Amino acid sequence: MTEARRIPDHLESRTSRLLKSWEALLLALAVAIFVANSLASPYFLNPWNLSDATFNFTEKAMIAFPMALLIVAGEIDLSVAAIIALASTAMGAALQLGAGTPALVATGLGTGLLCGAFNGLLVTRLGLPSIVATIGTMSLFRGIAFIVLGDQAYTGYPESFAWFGQGYVAWVISAEFVLFWILAALFGVLLHRTSLGRAVYAIGNNPTAALFSGIRVARVKFLLFLMTGLLSGLAAVCLTSRLGSTRPSIALGWELEIVTMVVLGGVSILGGSGSIPGVVIAAFVLGMVTFGLGLLNVPGIVMSIFVGLLLIAVIALPRLAARLWPRSRHA
Amino acid sequence: MKSRELLLALIIAGLVGLVATRFPGFARPANLAAVLNDTAILIVLALGQMAVILTKCIDLSVAANLALNGMVVAMLNAAYPGIPIPALMLLALVLGAALGAVNGLMVWKLDIPPIVATLGTLTIYRGAIFLLSGGAWVNAHEMSPAFKALPRASLAGLPVLTWIAIVAVLAVWLVLTRTPLGRAFYAVGGNPNAAVYTGIDVGRTRCAAFVLAGALAGVCGYLWVARYAVAYVDIAGGFELDVIAACVIGGVSIAGGIGSVGGAILGALFLGVIKNALPVVDISPFWQLAISGSAIIAAVAFNARAERTRGRVILKSAEHA
Repeated sequence: MTEARRIPDHLESRTSRLLKSWEALLLALAVAIFVANSLASPYFLNPWNLSDATFNFTEKAMIAFPMALLIVAGEIDLSVAAIIALASTAMGAALQLGAGTPALVATGLGTGLLCGAFNGLLVTRLGLPSIVATIGTMSLFRGIAFIVLGDQAYTGYPESFAWFGQGYVAWVISAEFVLFWILAALFGVLLHRTSLGRAVYAIGNNPTAALFSGIRVARVKFLLFLMTGLLSGLAAVCLTSRLGSTRPSIALGWELEIVTMVVLGGVSILGGSGSIPGVVIAAFVLGMVTFGLGLLNVPGIVMSIFVGLLLIAVIALPRLAARLWPRSRHA
Repeated sequence: MKSRELLLALIIAGLVGLVATRFPGFARPANLAAVLNDTAILIVLALGQMAVILTKCIDLSVAANLALNGMVVAMLNAAYPGIPIPALMLLALVLGAALGAVNGLMVWKLDIPPIVATLGTLTIYRGAIFLLSGGAWVNAHEMSPAFKALPRASLAGLPVLTWIAIVAVLAVWLVLTRTPLGRAFYAVGGNPNAAVYTGIDVGRTRCAAFVLAGALAGVCGYLWVARYAVAYVDIAGGFELDVIAACVIGGVSIAGGIGSVGGAILGALFLGVIKNALPVVDISPFWQLAISGSAIIAAVAFNARAERTRGRVILKSAEHA
């Protein structure tokens, strides 16, 4: 969508410094929100409350990690929330057939993997632009969930299944929160410390050059869609376990919040730059904003105004600053 | 008419014919006019969205823009029934254009990617409806009879709603094919760099497309609320996807520069015919989402193949970079 994409010729110095400063800014924002929340509501600093607050972002962040890689590579997947709906529906159907907890989890992950593979095939085999292809699959996947369930719901998940979304590992540390940190570490290493991660940046900066330098662009992109599908399946397991029921409207509109999380984390929507630590901090920022506003009795729809403003502000402010003080960029 | 549009028209005719073999009433002119009327708002929104997509942008905020304007005119009408309806429509048009300009200016002056800018305004506009109404509904009995009657009123055998869509189609067709602005839309999307060298202000052209889409969405806000005689926060929720679907099915290329008014209309009609045919053939309306999803995928796949044969083999990958 840009006229000419700038290709950094010295990756280490300027780009990384800019990224570090972005993460520092975001971290300062997170601390500010934390302090503001604890001043605004006396209930905020309760450990159980803080633990509850993490549920606001853990499931979304699970998908935000692979989504960050996908966006760095210049693609996007808008069907993630619909994959949650379809995977959750598949789990509900498996439950009706008498599946136990291991089979339920396998069904959720498997459905996510299949959906991701379908997206990946559309983009890499048929060469479709990912934004439209996944708008299509978003309707298709959720549409199938609606065909299966209509206005019905699946309930009655087994007791042992509840652990994923409601279990605690130790004291106030929930299973989901631990899973969140494990995935953050995994994806951080994958993006920043492996050749696959290098390839993801290269593809995002210039797919043609990446191809000519021996990177199997289509295969890497397919793998990223597969990962996004799998993690959406995992999020479906956690969310279904936490809610204890499946409706076709489950996780409606999450794709927008997940993309917001990724972009807020400093990942360029045009591809080519971004980092996992940024996404981790952004997850905390968004989770605490929504939880803090909730404690202040702000309705959900008004919170979405804050999220929308935050999304635009974090992108607009650096651009405005660069325009007002053009020299500071070279400093 | 290009072969693609002809094909789509044939598919739609085939669909109507298929339903008519079992339910002859479906193909009666009166019923087809009702389907057209039911699709009128989608057609108008698809026209605006097409202008935006032509310039290589996308507007995800149209449905929220529609809903916000619908709430504004509904609340005004409930509070001051004396305001004439044309004045309310004009207000919706201007306010819609202003909301579109917010998107356009962010894309033009701040260089924010359109998908992010309109994702943000989508949630902001929806939230603004809640702030404005406090979450309350404006119900049919609070609206003045004239407010609700206008879209239904019959003029030369067709409802006013259909006529408004026809006027919008003609206006957008004129702009796209007979004005420098219309040519600029195509030029900016076809090749932004080349457009700059021919003296076109790319940013301003994109902003103009957003204003056009916003103005059309504003008018649709009044039409929607008056037609369904109710206004609340979530009206037309998710409708932006139907609008984009109509464009894509109609052959508008998401990469910009390719698309026609005829295609957008046919794309919208395709969805409209399916929506109206499902209850007739006794298929649960829950099928509609999956069907339009499949239609989008099939249409983009078809577009991708059609665009590939355009003979820009050598520089294709360079242009995408």
